[in-house]
Amino acid sequence: MDRKESAALKIKAAKIRIAALTAIHSIGSGHVGGSLSICDALAVLFGREMKTDPKNPKWPERDKLVTSKGHAGPAVYGALAVQGYFPYEMLTTLNRPGTHLPSHTDRNLTPGVDMTTGSLGQGTSVACGMALGDRLKGRDCRTFLIVGDGESDEGQVWEAFAFAAAKKLSNLVVLLDWNKKQLDGRVDEILPMGDFAAKLTAFGFDTQLINGNDVEALAAALEHTRGGGDKPYAIIMDNVKGAGVPEVEQTEMNHSIPVSDEQFARWTAQLKAEIAKWEEEA
Amino acid sequence: MKIIYDGSMDPKQAKALLGSLIPQLAAEDPDFIYLDADLMSCIGTLKWGKANPDRAIECGIAEANMIGVACGLAAAGFKPLAHTFGPFASRRVFDQVFLSGAYAKNDITVLGTDPGVTAALNGGTHMPFEDVALYRTIPTAIIFEPTDMVQLEDVLRQSKDLPGIKYIRVGRKDLPKVYEPGSHFTVGKAVTVREGKDCTIVAAGIMLHEALKAADELAKEGIEAEVIDPVTIKPLDKETVIASVKKTGCLVAAENHNKNGGLYDALLEVLAENCPAPAGQVAVEDEFGEVGPQKYLQERFGLTAAHIAEKAKKVMASRIL
Repeated sequence: MDRKESAALKIKAAKIRIAALTAIHSIGSGHVGGSLSICDALAVLFGREMKTDPKNPKWPERDKLVTSKGHAGPAVYGALAVQGYFPYEMLTTLNRPGTHLPSHTDRNLTPGVDMTTGSLGQGTSVACGMALGDRLKGRDCRTFLIVGDGESDEGQVWEAFAFAAAKKLSNLVVLLDWNKKQLDGRVDEILPMGDFAAKLTAFGFDTQLINGNDVEALAAALEHTRGGGDKPYAIIMDNVKGAGVPEVEQTEMNHSIPVSDEQFARWTAQLKAEIAKWEEEA
Repeated sequence: MKIIYDGSMDPKQAKALLGSLIPQLAAEDPDFIYLDADLMSCIGTLKWGKANPDRAIECGIAEANMIGVACGLAAAGFKPLAHTFGPFASRRVFDQVFLSGAYAKNDITVLGTDPGVTAALNGGTHMPFEDVALYRTIPTAIIFEPTDMVQLEDVLRQSKDLPGIKYIRVGRKDLPKVYEPGSHFTVGKAVTVREGKDCTIVAAGIMLHEALKAADELAKEGIEAEVIDPVTIKPLDKETVIASVKKTGCLVAAENHNKNGGLYDALLEVLAENCPAPAGQVAVEDEFGEVGPQKYLQERFGLTAAHIAEKAKKVMASRIL
């Protein structure tokens, strides 16, 4: 990837972060940590890897995104707003009565959201069904599935992974957000999951372990998943919960936190400064 | 609707019907797709399923995942039918059916076999007396409990094209012949199988046969019972129930289910809001299932014609005339 494209993806990730924070700040608090950790992945998915059309969000041949960790809705809405699926101003309706942007992603409310999630683990199976369905319908498209590391406590996740391998769903790409933390604390303290890469490999996935907050690493890993074959793909994203906003990164318990006016102004100013720097580089 | 009931059983068992009808539906409709959780053998679909792995999705013993996959297939444009035994088709997958299915508007049909005492020798662990109660709380759910093979075939045929969650609870063995072959049933429209003026009996599934036997016994005592097949427990045909109870002045519900949360409760709501009248139930008391032959279990839990006749006389005696 050339410098220009790399900078463009970093800019997109920062814009998604600003958009996600704009949504959360508008209601005062929300799932900041787990939204910020997947913004780089969303930037590369929407900016480079996924075949999508914001003007035609129900296009059957599009690539689909299932955010099984549905509480990362603000990050997804940020990405969709940046991509032009709906007006940017809509972000500040997050969780308001009658909104199209509920805390957890809902395919029936938000243009560009491909599946309703929120009860953790469930998006994994549905994504398998979507990938299988597209294959059976002969559609040339793929399903990308974002799963949380804390979410992987749910047994259904592992039922789905076994199913994906059994059905040779090479049109399914799992992006596992290994950000090390869940609501009550560190994953290693709550319910240690061990070596995700080894587990996914043992389940029959073509597995890569990368820095998931690095757009270039993400782009390369996602390029590899275009290979077809007879295995589903997994990318274990070694991520930082709260990535991109140092103050959030350094907050130990950062799953769902308030965002004050002062914090919002400071954090978005930092992100805008980074955007300006990358724009210069590009 | 022509009733052909004469007390005789249909020589075709539900397992055989399911084993031939599911492949037939797949042949007729390219969007129909069937999923199972390692129980294809139990409804006679295994041989066909193994030969047609793209139409019969074997999910292994992972029911939660099966329901989620079915929902994803629905999102991709398919009409999924997912089968497992009743307790696993309800209790075990309740959240998946509720959220990935109903809430997300992914339309699927769930077939839960061996409801209540029809689980027989599989025993209490496999004997759902609560599945109707669970599905009744899911917005958009339609609950079928077929009373004969003609109805089972019609319900299975039409459910794939109906919106929402469709739950079909049916045993795998025999049922009496009740309806003329080719009969068509409508969601929310009950069938009055036998007319009478003295007591309304609403009976679902295997209990319709018991209700009709009870009506024969009551007739010997000069009591004319009206027997209604609800067809769908949800939505319930209020109009038919209200008209019947306004005529008879009392009601008995007969169900192969816990008395809490099922057909009886649904009927009581209709009576309370529209035509208060003495009512009683022939249903499982608030108990767990247990192992044994179905005939023994029907006696054990009081799910027989004799219990229905006795309850009918009791509610008739409570009428304020």
